[in-house]
Amino acid sequence: MNFPILSSLILLPVIGALFLFFTKDKNGNNLTAKYVSLFTTIVNFLISIYLWISFDQSTSSFQFVEDREWINGFINYKVGVDGISILFIILTTFITPICIISVNNTIKVRLRDFLIAILIMESFMIGVFCALDLVVFYLFFEAGLIPMFLIIGIWGGPKRVYSAFKFFLYTLLGSVLMLVAIISIYWISGTTDVMKLYELGIDAKYQNLLWLAFFSSFAVKTPMWPVHTWLPDAHVEAPTAGSVLLAAILLKMAGYGFIRFSLGLFPIASEIFTPLIYTLSVIAIVFTSLIALMQEDMKKLIAYSSVAHMGFVTLGIFTIQQQGIEGSIIQMISHGLVSAALFLCVGVIYDRMHSRLISSYGGIVTIIPKYSVLFMLFTLAALGLPGTSGFIGEFLILMGAFKDNFLVAVIASLGVILGAAYMLWLYKRVVFGKLINTDLTKMVDLNKSEYFILTCLAVPTLFFGFYPDPLINTIEVSVNDLINTYNANLISK
Amino acid sequence: MENLNLVLPEIFISLSIMFLLVLGVFKKDSSKLIFNISLLVLLITASITLNETSNINRTTLFNNSVVIDYMSSLMKIITLVGAFLVLVISSNYLKIFKIFKIEYPILILSSVLGMMVMISSNDLMVFYIGLELQSLALYVLATFNRDQLKSSEAGLKYFVLSALSSGLLLYGCSLIYGFSGSTNFDVISNQLNSTNYVLTFGIVFILVGLAFKISAVPFHMWAPDVYEGSPTSVTLFFTMVPKIAALTVFIRFLYVPFLNLIDQWQMIIIFLSIASMLFGAIAAIGQTNIKRLIAYSSISHIGYTLAGLATGSNEGIQSSIVYITIYVIMNLAFFSCLLMLKRNNQYYEDIDDLSGLSKNHPLLSLSLLVILFSLAGIPPLAGFFAKFYIFTAVLEQSMYFLAIVGLLSTVIAAFYYLRIIKIIYFDKEKEKYDDDHSLWLKFSLTFSTILILLYFISPSQLIEVVSRINII
Repeated sequence: MNFPILSSLILLPVIGALFLFFTKDKNGNNLTAKYVSLFTTIVNFLISIYLWISFDQSTSSFQFVEDREWINGFINYKVGVDGISILFIILTTFITPICIISVNNTIKVRLRDFLIAILIMESFMIGVFCALDLVVFYLFFEAGLIPMFLIIGIWGGPKRVYSAFKFFLYTLLGSVLMLVAIISIYWISGTTDVMKLYELGIDAKYQNLLWLAFFSSFAVKTPMWPVHTWLPDAHVEAPTAGSVLLAAILLKMAGYGFIRFSLGLFPIASEIFTPLIYTLSVIAIVFTSLIALMQEDMKKLIAYSSVAHMGFVTLGIFTIQQQGIEGSIIQMISHGLVSAALFLCVGVIYDRMHSRLISSYGGIVTIIPKYSVLFMLFTLAALGLPGTSGFIGEFLILMGAFKDNFLVAVIASLGVILGAAYMLWLYKRVVFGKLINTDLTKMVDLNKSEYFILTCLAVPTLFFGFYPDPLINTIEVSVNDLINTYNANLISK
Repeated sequence: MENLNLVLPEIFISLSIMFLLVLGVFKKDSSKLIFNISLLVLLITASITLNETSNINRTTLFNNSVVIDYMSSLMKIITLVGAFLVLVISSNYLKIFKIFKIEYPILILSSVLGMMVMISSNDLMVFYIGLELQSLALYVLATFNRDQLKSSEAGLKYFVLSALSSGLLLYGCSLIYGFSGSTNFDVISNQLNSTNYVLTFGIVFILVGLAFKISAVPFHMWAPDVYEGSPTSVTLFFTMVPKIAALTVFIRFLYVPFLNLIDQWQMIIIFLSIASMLFGAIAAIGQTNIKRLIAYSSISHIGYTLAGLATGSNEGIQSSIVYITIYVIMNLAFFSCLLMLKRNNQYYEDIDDLSGLSKNHPLLSLSLLVILFSLAGIPPLAGFFAKFYIFTAVLEQSMYFLAIVGLLSTVIAAFYYLRIIKIIYFDKEKEKYDDDHSLWLKFSLTFSTILILLYFISPSQLIEVVSRINII
């Protein structure tokens, strides 16, 4: 592989951002900025599609690997993809242009700065998913805090300062322990290169503490109960595009981290701590679903539903079954599409009515029918109706869970019912019912760009719901190999 | 005959000081001339030192009381360049406060001379002479704006407390002399007998004196007041240059004569380090004055530097030097921003004065954003790498407690850095500040910000320079 395709994926948004930084806004409408950023992200998306096409699905080894000397004799800049990470990269490059199209209506001030922040964010997120060195991973993982902090803090709602601080400090606190663990791994094994660490393995006596240090970071980022409280705040205050990025991609970093690092590097500790994860996941699924039922703010409701969905993801990952892990990955991709769409849907009516309270809506189905149809599609996808991508993920996770632990699977299945309850109830209260608030009659239906982005998200949601093979084929070999190595490690020690 | 070429920088700088003093006395209105000559002197001295560095072996002079090696040359260059930059960006400030006098550059030169002597010292006496020379110059510099009450107060406070710490230090020196029979570092190192507890007392007293000079907790009390009261350009000097010299002495002192007693002093350094990191981070939260805030932040940064020294390994020393170098660059950048907060010939130093700065001054705020995130140690900025090296060295020695406390205190520290960013970016804007800054100020801000921002591209350069330092 000669052309550094992954590095160009990481670098391209930064170059776009630099270009934006030097553009002057003459007419005051920031058209250049919009087109430049859109162009950059679409090119990036096309490159990632090319990456997927040329990706060899029959092997579990890392592909497109780049290995450069970075800190002499200590850490190399190493990136590469396998079946697990490639889908997240495509998700990132797919969601970012959608965010950029969506800012048209929502961001009123300093649009250019906002686009720069989003582009930089994209580059960090891609970096997280293709880093093959723990230090490089940490670098990208943490660096993402800066643009997100600014996105929430500058363009957020009334309580934005509190939310931005909470987001930043929670995540930083979780991550510093991971840094200690990463440096310790370097001194224990002599390298932080993930591929070498997979081969060498890490001494069993250190695994428990290291696992906990990584867990502290991923648990906050996932977010798992009880450290999930930053998420509703951050979601509610962030501008729509920020919420979309947060829900669709940032939360997936932790799920990806669990698969790549917790399972891959510390199999023995993972086996020991599986009950902990199960307990926290089940609590997250049931407890946050109940909280979601009681929410009056739409964004908060979707935020809590994200916590519940991520509960399914962590549950699926730690079943260590082929179906469970595949289900988790598909659930993450699907949640990336669906939660992004749901936040955009909330954004659409918020832009028109400036209220996110469920009680201020009702009976809008006749006023904005197009919107209502698309919103229904995503509601159903969020609750996991067969025929949508949400179903595939949840079904596979529960299948894996039933193989591993019957009780946990039964309780988690209850969570599916609760999920259906709060999503349908939300939809009923917002779209159906009597039209009480007469201001609603002035609402206009989706404009072209909104219609376009929601359709863009609806197509893959339905497509992968009926035909998930492209996803499963991509991840199958890698997941299979991961589980085999995992079990082999357990037996040998 | 001694090879005087090796101390040429010191000789040159002392001759220049005398020449400038005489020139200042006999020529009227010569402050601008002297200012410029001083800049030139600093540059020439730095280049002489640099010239020596390329092929240097450890040499001792004057009865082994002065040592010239790679570390001393490197630290001298950092000191000289630091002093040069401080001087060059502060000329406007001095003019506005009407303290643009001949004494100012000369005092800076004398304190730099003192530091160079300290850096090269291999003997307790030489070290003390250097220390006092730099301190005396610094007392005067702190009170330089003598019409202002706060400035005089700062100088007096610094003088009294510093004299106390010098007393402790001298007492420690005399104890060590009494029990080892020499003041020379090499001789002490050979005579040492670790069962001798009085020696430990001597070390403790000297460490207290040194901790005072670098303002490590619990000997930090003077720092916030002095930093706040002194003229900003002097504060900048305080936060950067003396720390480099004191750190070098710290390293030489701990690792040449007393390396065998590491069990005795390691706990002290760990305590100083943890206390400084935590206290600096917590106490900074409530501050409203930027200079006081920077004082606490510098206390906490010194804590990280000491963490590297506590390891007792070459990697630890190297990481400390990398840390202090990056810290100096970040500080320079931050103070350049501070010196730009000027409106109608008045400087603003409250945190609230930064409110909404991003609306009127987008570039300045962007630099501040980069600098503050870097000070907080967020990747991929230079400040992160500084901390990364420190903790790599610390964890190599399996000092998990120190590493975890240190990293947790970065989270606390992140809070107050974020608070400044919040004020700059999220709050309502105030009046515009002046835009007519001197070219040097703009240059130093741009240069240091770019250095901080792009450090990650090639982080090994600095390590390569530092990795030639082998003390142990």
